[in-house]
Amino acid sequence: MTDETKFSRRSLLARLLASASAVALAGCDKLSETTWLPKVLGLGEKATQKVQRLILPRRAMAKEFKEEDLSPRFRSNGTSTPRDPAYMALAANGFTDYRLTVGGLVDRPMTLSLADVRGLPSRTQITRHDCVEGWSAIGKWKGARLGALLEGVRLKPDARYIVFHCADPMGGDGTRYYESIDLEDAFHPQTILAYELNGKALEVPNGAPLRLRLERQLGYKMAKYVMSLEIVADLSGIGLGKGGYWEDRGYEWYAGI
Amino acid sequence: MTDSKRADSEFTSYYRHSLPVRIMHWINAGLLTILLMSGLGIFNAHSALYWGESSYSGAQPLLLFYSKENDEGELVGVSRIFGHEFRTTGFLGASRDSTGEMVERGFPSWLTIPGLRWLAMARRWHFFFAWILAVNTVSFISYSIFSRHFHRDLLPTIEDGHSIGKSLVDHLLLRRPRGDAARRYNVLQKFAYLGVIFLLLPLIILMGLGMSPALDTLVPGWVAIFGGRQSVRTIHFIVAWALVLFTAVHLFQVIVNGFWNNFRSMITGYFRVERGFGNDR
Repeated sequence: MTDETKFSRRSLLARLLASASAVALAGCDKLSETTWLPKVLGLGEKATQKVQRLILPRRAMAKEFKEEDLSPRFRSNGTSTPRDPAYMALAANGFTDYRLTVGGLVDRPMTLSLADVRGLPSRTQITRHDCVEGWSAIGKWKGARLGALLEGVRLKPDARYIVFHCADPMGGDGTRYYESIDLEDAFHPQTILAYELNGKALEVPNGAPLRLRLERQLGYKMAKYVMSLEIVADLSGIGLGKGGYWEDRGYEWYAGI
Repeated sequence: MTDSKRADSEFTSYYRHSLPVRIMHWINAGLLTILLMSGLGIFNAHSALYWGESSYSGAQPLLLFYSKENDEGELVGVSRIFGHEFRTTGFLGASRDSTGEMVERGFPSWLTIPGLRWLAMARRWHFFFAWILAVNTVSFISYSIFSRHFHRDLLPTIEDGHSIGKSLVDHLLLRRPRGDAARRYNVLQKFAYLGVIFLLLPLIILMGLGMSPALDTLVPGWVAIFGGRQSVRTIHFIVAWALVLFTAVHLFQVIVNGFWNNFRSMITGYFRVERGFGNDR
């Protein structure tokens, strides 16, 4: 073999590698647009959920912090002012006319005022909020224990998920934010419907009058502006069927990582 | 007999890389590429790094990529590292999207999977292949211990300990090992491989898991040992670039020490060494 052929073989290889990487890059984007690949990649989420649920004790508690760890200002993300006339009217009135409805697969559907919610067994916790985008903030939350509320409405035997219907419109098509969690998370002691942040009534940018706190998952699970709870047996009838606004747009239903 | 034929007779081949090592090596190479690029896609959703548990503690980020408009109304990319700002337009902070328009972006689209700003899809890629990386890393560590690849080829010997200085000089002068010495990994090579296999890969997996709000609850306080969730995210990022640095040095060494011979040996297993230096078996 002469040096010349060796050289051309090398430059050919270099060119092949360069074009292969360009094709691979474009290919990754094309693959992401297919229907099958995101499904295959979604197996990662399933594995994560199975393994995390397997190794984590049901009542494993999220780390709680001290007052001095509090973020000076708790960041508002996603919707910070729901542009909805009915919600704005409620907010203008200090949420005195607000009613939380709890229905679906329950024996005793309920409608609760904010005072009723405040009257439920409560919990105060200083926890770290982890956003799917990568940032974290620490806040002190006080709210009604969701488990206590659900015991009051008596779940039917086929109840599996709690769906949160929210006030904030997403986009212009009339869709409002929605989320869902399963019973294991719903009855976790740190799962609360928070009405206070850092010792003050929850403000509009952070989800007034009620937002879910689900301390072992990412921020988008913690629905703000919660208006009603619907207890269901499966999630197929909720939104586009994946159980949440962001889930229907490609995010994981189980947001444990 | 041609020149190259005669030259060939002065070489002998030996079986250097077992099939499992070769397979896991190439799986790893592909995985690290995908994980780096999808990881940078995830990073772009919040292109800043912090130390501690929280991003909003009142302290400034350690690293921040952002964009701002200059006096002419053009978008400029800025990188802020420990308070020092650098213009990095076109690469970090602001770069051109597929339509050629300058947009705010941490890392440019040619470094991310997917190329567009699409956090949900970047996460899917990342968490799917992260599982395979975990399996591949555990498989490699188990295989190297049970097959004695670890003891035979990777664990530095006493003689290795004495040859660190010489090996350092050899590397700096780009001196190629010959004969018997070429049959073994040199001491710096051993440290590099051990560092990647037993330190960097397990660490980057652990730091990835440390960002999970669920796994944080497994053993109370374990994430705080590393400084907290945002520190863990920062370490994950640094280790990723340490792996990139390793790969760059690794590729450089592969090229200067005979690209074809090294490349082929990682495909066929057979590595060619010169005869006449030390004992040939």
